[in-house]
Amino acid sequence: MSRNEDMFWWPARVLHWLMAVMIVSMLFIGAGMVATVSDKHTWLLALHKPLGISILALAALRLTLRLLHKPPALPADLPPLQRFAARASHWLLYALMFALPLIGWAMLSAGGYPVSLGAGVVLPPIAPSDPSVFALLRWLHRTLAYLLFATVLLHLAAALYHGLIRRDGVLRSMVWRRGSRDDVALPPASGDVGASPVEDASVR
Amino acid sequence: MSPPEPDSANASRSSPAPSRPPGPLGRYALIAFVVSAAAAAFGYVAGPLDPQRLTPERIVDDLQANGGLHPGYRRNHAKGVCVIGYFDSSGEAAAYSKAALFARGRTPVVGRFALPGGNPYAPDGGVPIRSFALRFTQADGQQWRTGMNNMPVFPVATPQAFYEQLQAGAPDPATGKPDPARQKAFFAAHPETAAFRAWAKDRKPSASYATETYYGLNAFYFIDAAGARQAVRWRVEPDNGAATAPLSAQDHDVLADELDRRLAKAPLQWRLLVTLAAPGDPTADATRVWPPERREIDAGRVVLARAQAQDAGACRDINYDPLILPDGIAGSDDPLLAARSSAYAESYRRRTAEEARAGGHPPKELPR
Repeated sequence: MSRNEDMFWWPARVLHWLMAVMIVSMLFIGAGMVATVSDKHTWLLALHKPLGISILALAALRLTLRLLHKPPALPADLPPLQRFAARASHWLLYALMFALPLIGWAMLSAGGYPVSLGAGVVLPPIAPSDPSVFALLRWLHRTLAYLLFATVLLHLAAALYHGLIRRDGVLRSMVWRRGSRDDVALPPASGDVGASPVEDASVR
Repeated sequence: MSPPEPDSANASRSSPAPSRPPGPLGRYALIAFVVSAAAAAFGYVAGPLDPQRLTPERIVDDLQANGGLHPGYRRNHAKGVCVIGYFDSSGEAAAYSKAALFARGRTPVVGRFALPGGNPYAPDGGVPIRSFALRFTQADGQQWRTGMNNMPVFPVATPQAFYEQLQAGAPDPATGKPDPARQKAFFAAHPETAAFRAWAKDRKPSASYATETYYGLNAFYFIDAAGARQAVRWRVEPDNGAATAPLSAQDHDVLADELDRRLAKAPLQWRLLVTLAAPGDPTADATRVWPPERREIDAGRVVLARAQAQDAGACRDINYDPLILPDGIAGSDDPLLAARSSAYAESYRRRTAEEARAGGHPPKELPR
């Protein structure tokens, strides 16, 4: 049986999991580095900037691939509220993947800091040197990072809900067939077997 | 939200494992556990679930408590003056550091002279400590920022001891002044402060920023083009004539005017001297100097052409974080460096937010 059309395209899956690791690491790095006076501050900060730029570059690649290749449809029987939550949270995740690195870059520019990625690589400023702009962006950077963490937790809870409770193939569509025990072995809820999937171009 | 389907028939058919899959309640509990564990891990890393940790907030809170809250101003070294100039490199340090500013040539500099403490209205003659911060900007956009003080050693070696020193210096609610007994107890418990106390003991407050030597205090590494690392410390030595009669404790707002008078006559100059450590010299202890016979390099001259009031000058919005370094200079294992970097960032975050709320200027305060 071929279920490949129900799976995310393999480059999308690779990027999803790579970026999942990077973004979650980034949130912990950012939260940790501003909350310590130990030398962790120094090396976490040195990691934070090149990792942020990498996330920005991968987010651009990912959005391009996402527009080129339609993801699998959401289950036809998904209640409207959950369907809306799925779409909204995915748009929010995409928006924050772009916004946080760009705000961080602009924030350093506004603070008059060299945007050093290490090894002598310095990015050009993308905002005028202005302490009021810095103050706004610094606040935004932290606030949106907390929003991103909350959205990631929601995303994680929803993925587990699909995989453990609904067992509707949504979690499986982002993992590999082998080694995933959640809803691979279990058919979807009995009433839905054979239901034709509804085309759904929404972002997932 | 649709209720979960137990679907036990399917589960038992397709999972031959002896352990039965958890019931729906167990699965919801598993989801709740995973999400809560992730949130708790974040809470620990971010600080709220680790109340023992020394954070930049706690250090800056204490600086603020000791110096008073002065919105828009630095939490330490609040009183100061901006200076503009350049660095003329001799090229001598280029063999040890590949940083472009050490190649023979000129690099623009924005500096700041300041007094310690969080009070922007402190009397100039109150304490003998003066500080000098510099920001060098290379043509390629990389920067070297350094904050120096006129004493050769720092009182303490660790952030924790610095924090304890701040607490010992907290004003007594009864007198409004630090409790001498508490300070005495701190110094007794911290013998590493001896070198600093010996320096401060009969030191008179200088009547000029221009006649002081300023020390980088912490050790750093110079890294050459081949990647070799050399532990270094630096200082700037004045070439501006003899020191004048010291200030008395009541002297107020004289240093900035004195600087203006000197600059009206001629630029001010310092030699940038770099001390090379020998193997075994301590790099992680700012309370100890290196032996005087260590080799020194005359890296060039810092020349100051003019001064600006700090509330409108070029240094106002610079955070003189000592770990903003160009390729070719790196921080050492001195634990004070990371602490300075993170506390300065927190101070900068607070004062820029206050400045933004006040419309882009340090909020107006009445001098006391």
